[in-house]
Formats: sequence, structure tokens, C-alpha cells
Amino acid sequence: MSILINRDTRVITQGITGKTGQFHTRMCRDYADGRKCYVAGVNPKKAGEDFEGIPIYATVKEAKEATGATVSVIYVPPPFAAAAIDEAVDAGLDLVVCITEGIPVRDMIRTRYRMQGRKTLLLGPNCPGVITPDELKIGIMPGHIHKKGRIGVISRSGTLTYEAVGQLTEIGLGQSTAVGIGGDPVNGLKHIDVLRLFNDDPDTDAVVMIGEIGGTDEENAARWVKEHMTKPVVGFIAGVTAPPGKRMGHAGAIISGGKGTAQEKLQVMEACGIKVTRNPAEMGKLLKSVI
Amino acid sequence: MKIHEYQGKEIFRKFGMATPRGVPAFTVDEAVAAARSLGGDVWVVKAQIHAGGRGKGGGVKVARSHDEVRELAGRILGMQLVTHQTGPAGQKVRRLLVEEGADIRKELYVGMVVDRSTQRVCLMASSEGGMDIEEVAAKTPEKIHKVFIDPTKGLTDAEADEVARKIGIPEASVAQGRAMLQGLYRAFDETDASLAEINPLIVTGDGRVIALDAKLNFDSNALYRHPEIVAMRDLDEEDPAEVEASKSDLSYISLDGNIGCLVNGAGLAMATMDTIKLFGAEPANFLDVGGGATTEKVTEAFKIMLRNPKVKGILVNIFGGIMQCDTIANGIVAAARETHLSVPLVVRMKGTNEDIGRQILKDSGLPIIAADNMADAAQKIVAAVQQV
Repeated sequence: MSILINRDTRVITQGITGKTGQFHTRMCRDYADGRKCYVAGVNPKKAGEDFEGIPIYATVKEAKEATGATVSVIYVPPPFAAAAIDEAVDAGLDLVVCITEGIPVRDMIRTRYRMQGRKTLLLGPNCPGVITPDELKIGIMPGHIHKKGRIGVISRSGTLTYEAVGQLTEIGLGQSTAVGIGGDPVNGLKHIDVLRLFNDDPDTDAVVMIGEIGGTDEENAARWVKEHMTKPVVGFIAGVTAPPGKRMGHAGAIISGGKGTAQEKLQVMEACGIKVTRNPAEMGKLLKSVI
Repeated sequence: MKIHEYQGKEIFRKFGMATPRGVPAFTVDEAVAAARSLGGDVWVVKAQIHAGGRGKGGGVKVARSHDEVRELAGRILGMQLVTHQTGPAGQKVRRLLVEEGADIRKELYVGMVVDRSTQRVCLMASSEGGMDIEEVAAKTPEKIHKVFIDPTKGLTDAEADEVARKIGIPEASVAQGRAMLQGLYRAFDETDASLAEINPLIVTGDGRVIALDAKLNFDSNALYRHPEIVAMRDLDEEDPAEVEASKSDLSYISLDGNIGCLVNGAGLAMATMDTIKLFGAEPANFLDVGGGATTEKVTEAFKIMLRNPKVKGILVNIFGGIMQCDTIANGIVAAARETHLSVPLVVRMKGTNEDIGRQILKDSGLPIIAADNMADAAQKIVAAVQQV
């Protein structure tokens, strides 16, 4: 098992005909069982055509009805990406993975409001995606650094997730699923949601949780871990050196009003029984020490 | 993106919010002309810089004659205004706002931000205006009233009236308070703001509700649909290095240390900075080259980092992933040559074709120090800088 996706997942690509969509669709299709999993693309102007054998439909709804796909991945440009999420939600998909970076917060506030009470889960936006090694990769992460195994990985950032995965793989610890939740302030799945899924997954033994400055998601997740988590969790928070009021690349990575500092997050995590390291080169080692 | 107070008030007025009458001025003569055109016998001369805390820093003064306006404008224009937000060097004042004086009976606070946990815009209001609101929030949180606004309804009449009453707007002025609060939400929403603040919002002796200050920041991801706001950008208020970097699509932020860092990805960039600190030094900058660490981008990044005289060494940390390390290595070598790099350079690369990448660095004949992992890289650059 794994969380969110596996080799039986069928995926629709929204924005399959753009440069980014094409490149990453190829990479994902060539990874593990991708050829079988990527069953449809969406572009209203190119319905009836195909992308290297993947049929293109006018709408997500049509793609879902024709192929039985339940998950979509979005590479649509920022001005249209929130509407693409809305379309996938309206089509009743189980999971939408939004890779697009740079969606206005106002658009996401409306999209998230529309999603209330719907069954669709959203990963991202502005995230690397999700991968279940040796089965299916949905997103822009490099597939080859992963290894099948029993460690769950959750992170707000892209390359820092790869860093953690790389360290785990290097010391022989494979991953059940690695999830990048993205660096935007208004997003879908949060640390706490993904931790819940890992806790319930019989094939995950322990979790690496990587956070960064800004917001209080890591603190909320840590408090949940203390109450409910039955598996060891280790953590790292990026941004100890980040000054207040300066946005560190990600739209969500900003210390404002004295809230969301790395120190504060690390303290809460430690108090909730999560082992943390201040040295990001030692995330893998730290995880090994708790299993 | 930030704008000046006088620009914020222009936006406020478009949304029906009351502000004092005022005129921006770039010279002393313009300031005096502004006072004449406004009429009356008391004016406020306000320094226009993007940082807050201008009053305490001596950038806001009351004048009672045209001569006094002249004198104060001369004193404030061109001064290095130091506030708790500018850092010790302060910010040079290049623009003024001359306003009619106001008869202040009450000073209130109103702010708006996006709340991440409810995923809504949050209105915050308090009877304790004019003061450091963070202090109010810390010491007396019960004095801050919050409304999480439904994006489909906006701020309702009932919500606005309730907040107006709670923060002490007198009954006769509640309708004005409502117009102010609802106007602020509409301004926030329709301009894609990320932060809005009126501190203070005042009630005058004759019961008028007026925005005495205006602070607006905007979501940079939404600027593409607001050319009218982009036109308000004042590059004099921004760090030149950050402006330069943004032209090359690099995310750069100046810091106080002496080790330049070039990293791909915001999270990894922060983690790299943290690792430098962990081993006893301080980063000179945050720099995310993004997904495509091309030769051109790496060269531009080197140039920007090296313009900072404090930089005594550079640490490059790239997790190759889909990008191949040989491509990155070629980019680093070209950048080092083009910039005639004379400070120590430590490179840590991870990903596809790692070995070929390392060989390229070695064969370049440049004194590039290779590192195995982030901790190793940080230790090596800290040691190299300490030797210089």
C-alpha cells in the first residue's frame, strides 16, 4: 500500500499540451507503471487529438467518463489554474495535484471556498507533486532518487523534499509515498492531513516531516501527532536564519507579526514528541535513529 | 509589492473611504504650493517611505504656517529616516504628503490579511489605534476583534456595524464606520492586496470617520492583472540588488552575513542558509535560481552576489533532480570565469551525472572546492572564509 496514489490510479493531465505539461507527462509516463496510469489529457481546443498516444478530451468530466480516471494533475498557467482546479472538483475527482506556481491568493480563496463539502482532495498548488516509488509519479520530482520502502515523506518545498528523499535512499531507507504539499499560503492538503493518511497506512513505518517558516501548519500537525500518531515522526524546519517581514521565495514563507518563526515551530514539534534536527544534512540519519 | 501612503489613500478614495485632503510633493516648493492649495491653517507634512514607524522617526510633523511647511519639508525631504522597519541605515525620503490637519477625538486600528487556517480574508480591528498593534495583540488580545470574511458575501452590513461598535465608533457615526470597513474589504479584494492597514483610523471631533494612514501591500502573483498598481511601484524604495535579480527571474534577498549562497528551490535555499549559521557563519543572501539553473542565470546570480562587498565566499548548493549536474557544472565554470571570481567557491551538486559534473569542475582549473553534502559544503565555505 501507499497513500493517495498507487499503480492502479488513473490520471488526467490538465494542461497536457503546454511545454511544461508535455515535458513532465513524458517523464511521469516513463516512470514505473506510468504508461498504464496516464490515460487522458484535457484541452478544449484539441479534443479528439492525442499527445503521444494519450487521448485529449475537451473537459475533465468527459475525460473522467471516458477513462474512469479519478485523479488529475494541473500544469495550466497561473491565470487559469484555479479554474482548472474548479473544473476537476466539479467533475468529482478524488484528488487534484496542482503543480502550477504563482496562482493569485484571491483565486485560491474562492476555489477553496467552493471545495467545502466536496469529496475532492487538493494537493498544492505550487508543489512538486506526489510519488509512490516503483508505482506512480505525479509531478515534477526526479523519479530516480526514490526507492520503494516504508518511510513517508511530507514537505512544503520541492528540492528540500528531494534532499530528504535522497538522504533516505542513500542509507537504504525506501519511501512508501513522498508528498510535496507546496509553499503557498492558501492550499489544499496540509501536514496534518498527510500525517493522518500515513498513520493509517499499514505500509508506512515512520514519517519525515519538513516544514518552513510562515503560518502555523507545522504546529497544528505537531499537536495532532502528540495526540494520535502511533508511528515515529522526525522533522526539520527551514528558515532559522530568515529575517521577519522578508518573503523567502515561497509566497507562504514569511515571518509576519512575529508569528511563524522556525524556532517556535521546532519548539512545539519537540514538545509534541517529534525528534527534530537543525542540520538538514541529517534528516535521513535522524529518521534511522527512531526506527 | 508595496506602495506609498498617498497612493494607498488614492485607492481608498476610489472605494468611497474618507481620507484627509492631501497632495503629494517631491520638492519644498511643491510642498508649500500643496499647503496653499489645500487652504486652512494647519497642515501635516508626512515623509513617504515604504517602512512604518515614520512618526516616531521624525518623519511626520505638524505645521501652522506656510513658512513652517517650507521649513519642515526642507528638513524631511532628503533625510535618512530611521524607523524600526528600515534598519539602522534608514531610508532616504524623496516624497512628501502634505495634508490638512485633522481634529482627532479617537484613534482606532483596522487591518486586513489573508488568514491561512480559515483560508479567508481576516478583518482585524481594535479601539487601540495609533500604537504598535503587535504589542496590543500580544498584551491584550481581547482588544482585537476579528471577522473572517465569506468570499461570496463580502463584509456584511451586520458584521461591519458590529465591529464598528466594538471598537468604539459612536452610534451616530456607525454608518460611516460601515462604509469605511466595507470599502476596505472591497479595496483589498478588488486590488488583490495581501495586507491592508489603517493605523490610525480616526473619529474627529465632529464625528467623521477618516483613514488618517493607509498601508497596502499586493500579491505579486496577481500584479499581471493590475497595471494601475504596477504603475505605482517606486524602485527607489526597493533594494537595488533585489530589483536587479527579479529582472533575471531570480529570487534574491540581501542579508547581513558574508557567505553568498546560490541554491535551487526556496526551501533548500533556506536550509542552506541555516546550515551556514549552524557552522558558525552568516549568509549574505537568500538566492533561489529556480528550476532552470542555466549558465546565464548562474552568471547573473554570481554577478549580483559579488556586487555585495561583504561577500567573502560563495556556496553553491544544487539538487539536480531533473536538471543534469554536467549542465550545472558548465554553468558554474562559465559564471566563475566571466565574473573573474576571486573569493572561495564551494560547490555541492547532487543528482543525475553528478560524477561528470564534478569532473568538469575539477578540469576547469579553477580553485573550486567540491563538497559531498550540505553540511560538508557549509563547513568548507566557513573554513575557507575564515582563512581569508
